[in-house]
Amino acid sequence: MSTKQTKKKPAATAAKPRAKRPAAKTAVKEEKKIAARLIPIYIMGKRYEVPEGLTIMKAMEYAGYILIRGCGCRGGTCGACGTFYRKPGDYKLQVALACQKTVEPDMYIAQIPFFPANRAVYEFAGLTAAPEEVFKLYPELFRCVGCNSCTKACPQGIEVMDTVSALFHGNVAEAAQLSFDCIQCGLCTSRCFGELAQYHMFQLARRIYGARIVPRAEHLTEIVKAVNEGKYDRMLDQLKRTKEDELKKLYQEREVEPMGAGEDWKPKDTTYL
Amino acid sequence: MSLAYYPGCTLKTKAKNLEQPAVASMQALGFKLDEVPRWNCCGAVYSLADDDLMHQVAPVRNLIRVKKQGATRLVTLCAFCLNTLKRANLVMKEDVEKRDALNDFIDEGIHYGGEVKVVHLLEVLRDDIGWGALSQKVRLPLRGLKAAPYYGCTLLRPREVAIDNVENPTVLGDFLKALGASPVDFPESTKCCGSYQTVSSPGDIAEYARPILSSASSHGAEALVVTCPLCDYNLARGQKELAKKQSGFREMPVFYFTQLLALALGLDPKVCHFELNHGSPELLLREKKLLSQVESVSRIGG
Repeated sequence: MSTKQTKKKPAATAAKPRAKRPAAKTAVKEEKKIAARLIPIYIMGKRYEVPEGLTIMKAMEYAGYILIRGCGCRGGTCGACGTFYRKPGDYKLQVALACQKTVEPDMYIAQIPFFPANRAVYEFAGLTAAPEEVFKLYPELFRCVGCNSCTKACPQGIEVMDTVSALFHGNVAEAAQLSFDCIQCGLCTSRCFGELAQYHMFQLARRIYGARIVPRAEHLTEIVKAVNEGKYDRMLDQLKRTKEDELKKLYQEREVEPMGAGEDWKPKDTTYL
Repeated sequence: MSLAYYPGCTLKTKAKNLEQPAVASMQALGFKLDEVPRWNCCGAVYSLADDDLMHQVAPVRNLIRVKKQGATRLVTLCAFCLNTLKRANLVMKEDVEKRDALNDFIDEGIHYGGEVKVVHLLEVLRDDIGWGALSQKVRLPLRGLKAAPYYGCTLLRPREVAIDNVENPTVLGDFLKALGASPVDFPESTKCCGSYQTVSSPGDIAEYARPILSSASSHGAEALVVTCPLCDYNLARGQKELAKKQSGFREMPVFYFTQLLALALGLDPKVCHFELNHGSPELLLREKKLLSQVESVSRIGG
């Protein structure tokens, strides 16, 4: 994690970014009304008081960290902010995405934004649907002893060990489906003492599944062929030449497929099909 | 009747010819082999180190999940899975300290004390169905098939987990008799096939296979019958090596017991997947008129 800490002491009031905090007395007075309660948290072992209700990520920024890495979408889907934490009096490690989890009093926090996991290099075009492709690229798969630490470390609630087992069984499709929600945060791998890179294996499984196992949509090939043969060129040209008012009228008067229409539904005007 | 069933990884990849005829045969006999959902590795080899608790986690977790499902018995097909699961179960039954540590670590929310009984399919055939009843279900008796039952090690050793008499096992021979075949007793039927030694010393594979094959052959056997994918692998590879070394060496087909079961029950031979066997078992079966001459078994990958 590339972070930089400023020396400023966190102010005891608003949950707004400091840069925007107004200095005027009237504004401070107004802010006090909505002031959040401060709670202590520990970031990499150091105590900070931060307003409750902030996410771990915002609390770190409040505490003075400038996040250059270890933050991405801030919406819980990019997997950049995997975080471990522990609450006092509990030996169990907890996991979260820093951008999603709100701070709790006395939580000890450490982000693992990146993990140096082994990622195999392969030419995808040459891969088949055989599970042996995964076995060859990731032979460490068979070092799994079934401890289940990976599953406990998944902030997405994926049954990580069961997914590893699915690969063991040679069931690439099941592995792809079980790991569908994986966001590649790598926390599973950070806890694995078999040194498996689960999330990279699963990504390979999903790629194989998508490209080699799921049936191809035949009608897509037909449509692409028709497009390439220029079946729709005349219609598109016609559309391009249409004036704005006419376009609006066409749009408003368009025929919409009714709710619950069957597979065989067709519009009244079939000129463009 | 439904039986909780643990397949193991090899049966899903290299040894489909062990699993698929078993599932079909048991269905024909009125039993459903109900695969345990989300099973993990059986542990592959039982660890002999006394403090190697980590090695017991995988087999014990499988057993805990079986208990959670409400089943009291777990059926295996692969002799190695049987061995590791059964021995891990013994630890959970008998060693209080290890049992507590493992339950604590595995963290599946229930306490496990070895309640699930681990059995091999041969035990179900012998004890639940019985040889007499099985022979009555046979539609294509395997008459004239001189097959040597090869037990290997993991069905019978150590004594605590053996499914039969350790010194003089008969279960596989009785099974063959019930199918109408002629079992061939031979002294090497429990001799080691080389097991995982052949991974570190692949050059020795032929020397492990040689005494077993020559003894079976000199006692009149035309085929070997096994329960274990590793025995199958070692004996088949060993034969290939021997054939290279010894001119005139005649390869002997190696069958999984479940293939012969399905065949004798009159099921479609396709379910036996003979194309996955090493050597050419179909030739022998056609010779014995146990496989139709026109039956063409498609080969996968030679």
